[in-house]
Amino acid sequence: MGMLEAILLTIATAATPLLIAAMGELVVERSGVLNLGVEGMMVMGAVTAFAVAFTSGSPWLGLIAAVVVGALFSLLFGFLTLTLVTNQVATGLALTLLGLGLSGMIGEGFVGLPGVKMTPIYIPVLSELPLVGRLIFGQDPIFYISLLLVVAVSWFLFRTRAGLTLRSVGDNHNSAHALGIHVIAIRYAAVMFGGACAGLAGAYLSLVYVPQWVEGMTAGRGWIALALVVFASWRPLRVVAGAYLFGAVTIGQLHAQALGFGIPSQLLSSLPYLATILVLVLISRNRRLTMVNTPASLGRPFVPDR
Amino acid sequence: MRIELVRRPQRSALFSAVSPLIALVLTLVAGALLFALLGKNPGEALYYYFIDPLRETWSLHELAIKATPLILIAVGLSICYQSNNWNIGAEGQFVIGAIVGSILPVMFPEFQNWLVLPLMMLMGMAGGAAYAAIPAYLKARFNTNEILTSLMLVYVAQLFLDWLVRGPWRNPAGFNFPETRRFHEYAVLPEIWAASGRAHWGFIFALVAAILLWFMLSRTLAGFEVKVMGQSPRAGRFAGFSSARMVFFAFLVSGALAGLAGVSEVSGAIGQLRPTISPGYGFTAIIVAFLGRLNPLGIVAAGLVLALTYLGGEAAQISIGVSDKVIRAFQGLILFFVLACDTLILYRIRFIGRKAPASSEASHGHA
Repeated sequence: MGMLEAILLTIATAATPLLIAAMGELVVERSGVLNLGVEGMMVMGAVTAFAVAFTSGSPWLGLIAAVVVGALFSLLFGFLTLTLVTNQVATGLALTLLGLGLSGMIGEGFVGLPGVKMTPIYIPVLSELPLVGRLIFGQDPIFYISLLLVVAVSWFLFRTRAGLTLRSVGDNHNSAHALGIHVIAIRYAAVMFGGACAGLAGAYLSLVYVPQWVEGMTAGRGWIALALVVFASWRPLRVVAGAYLFGAVTIGQLHAQALGFGIPSQLLSSLPYLATILVLVLISRNRRLTMVNTPASLGRPFVPDR
Repeated sequence: MRIELVRRPQRSALFSAVSPLIALVLTLVAGALLFALLGKNPGEALYYYFIDPLRETWSLHELAIKATPLILIAVGLSICYQSNNWNIGAEGQFVIGAIVGSILPVMFPEFQNWLVLPLMMLMGMAGGAAYAAIPAYLKARFNTNEILTSLMLVYVAQLFLDWLVRGPWRNPAGFNFPETRRFHEYAVLPEIWAASGRAHWGFIFALVAAILLWFMLSRTLAGFEVKVMGQSPRAGRFAGFSSARMVFFAFLVSGALAGLAGVSEVSGAIGQLRPTISPGYGFTAIIVAFLGRLNPLGIVAAGLVLALTYLGGEAAQISIGVSDKVIRAFQGLILFFVLACDTLILYRIRFIGRKAPASSEASHGHA
């Protein structure tokens, strides 16, 4: 395996959790809800996946548990913001703080234990191809799920009636309500989908990326996923581009750290965060682009008038 | 059964006052359940969390030390959140304030006289404000989401501190430990009442800041402007208020206070810079701000409550072996209950599907 192939392979592993979490949040925001709790749901997914996989020995059980826990955890946010109409920004922050706290508590007994790594799937013959072989046909299962997710979300949002309904709820909840659409039910479903995706992204971190549990191991990836949705101006395919760009930055700085160059490692470690700020600035400068694509009801409270 | 919200004709004054208390009671109930799940005696655990730290004078001083950064930061955040500026990067502004405020004792240790402390405090505030100016500028100039930029800058600030204390600022006589030289006596915030405990002047700063900001918010035009821009930016613009100016005002004030909190913590409580100087004060302060209903005086009380969870966590770990990780879960729960109970201020809650639509609001909120 050549150097280039190895680098490309690791870029995919750095990009996949961002891609999955951002894809979930994209659907949530398209329905008009801003859930800033991605980091919290993701870290809950990570600790659940690790704990269940370690106890049962099966990474698949861990994965399923993480998805379920992510969805259930997001329900807490859903109940507050959708039923009790609390401030979405504050509630999302609360979800992140609670998730970081709870996961630290749950995971305390698992720190330093060897994890159960999810084994890659090697598709016969094709994975032997030069350069792209392992990259496309020899990855871990969650990588393939992430690609399926992109296709499914794009198809759902822009090619199905249900997707159109979801977008209409996000753009104008009052009109949607007047048309007889059950705004709150749709938003509950979207929020839970986002939670399930964030849980899956967390599972990827503790089952594939670094198969172990470290407190706060998401290290801001949930927030970067949120930034990716803005960067992608709420378009699924642009999320893929953004996630892989960030994967490249992350892996690039890791390789630069290994090589030394005399650059402080802390400066290199801060590059993904600085890059996030940079792309946010570049995107938000273009007001027309963001205005056209931002779901018009994003973050607005909705109380149905009977 | 379905839950339906009925908007009240006006804000409920009763629930404005009692909703934080209901939230605290619900947190205690949830906490008792949590401890029972962990196999501890809930009564005993809650005693160590909330009563034991209040029994002795020295631990009241420790309470003031923990409350100092929480109150200072949260008071600043109240201006931000009231004006709809979501600064969630106070942790980063705290760190940068601590770093800039430490320039004198670390880089110029020979400069020793009574001027050092006031300069340190001013430099800490300037550092925090300057760091908060970054997301403010990006929001005002490019319309960039301040939530994400201010949060990203937290990680950058923490890494910068890590580099400083392991690299250029490492104590030359410190056996390679990642920490700066200890501050000389002129750079250490004195105790308020040294005979009885460790609480330092930072706590006085926090109280003064809370009173000043309470006055500003409730009695001056600037405070009115903050609220108008938060509740209706359109009306604010008609009144001639500038939203860009408000962004800077809110961020600079909260950044300066977070910076002051940072330099007070390293000067008063720690006495040097280390790779980690905060157990997440900048984030816990968000909870403090909401528990205090974004009112600076309420925040003083809320800051003491959250400080108690830190102390209680330590006490419970030592005495009954509850992990200190429980603290943060607990703090997260508080914010959830506070937000849920705040719904009662604006809405009456009706449960539909029962025989009579009950209006028992207090029974609600099992988020």
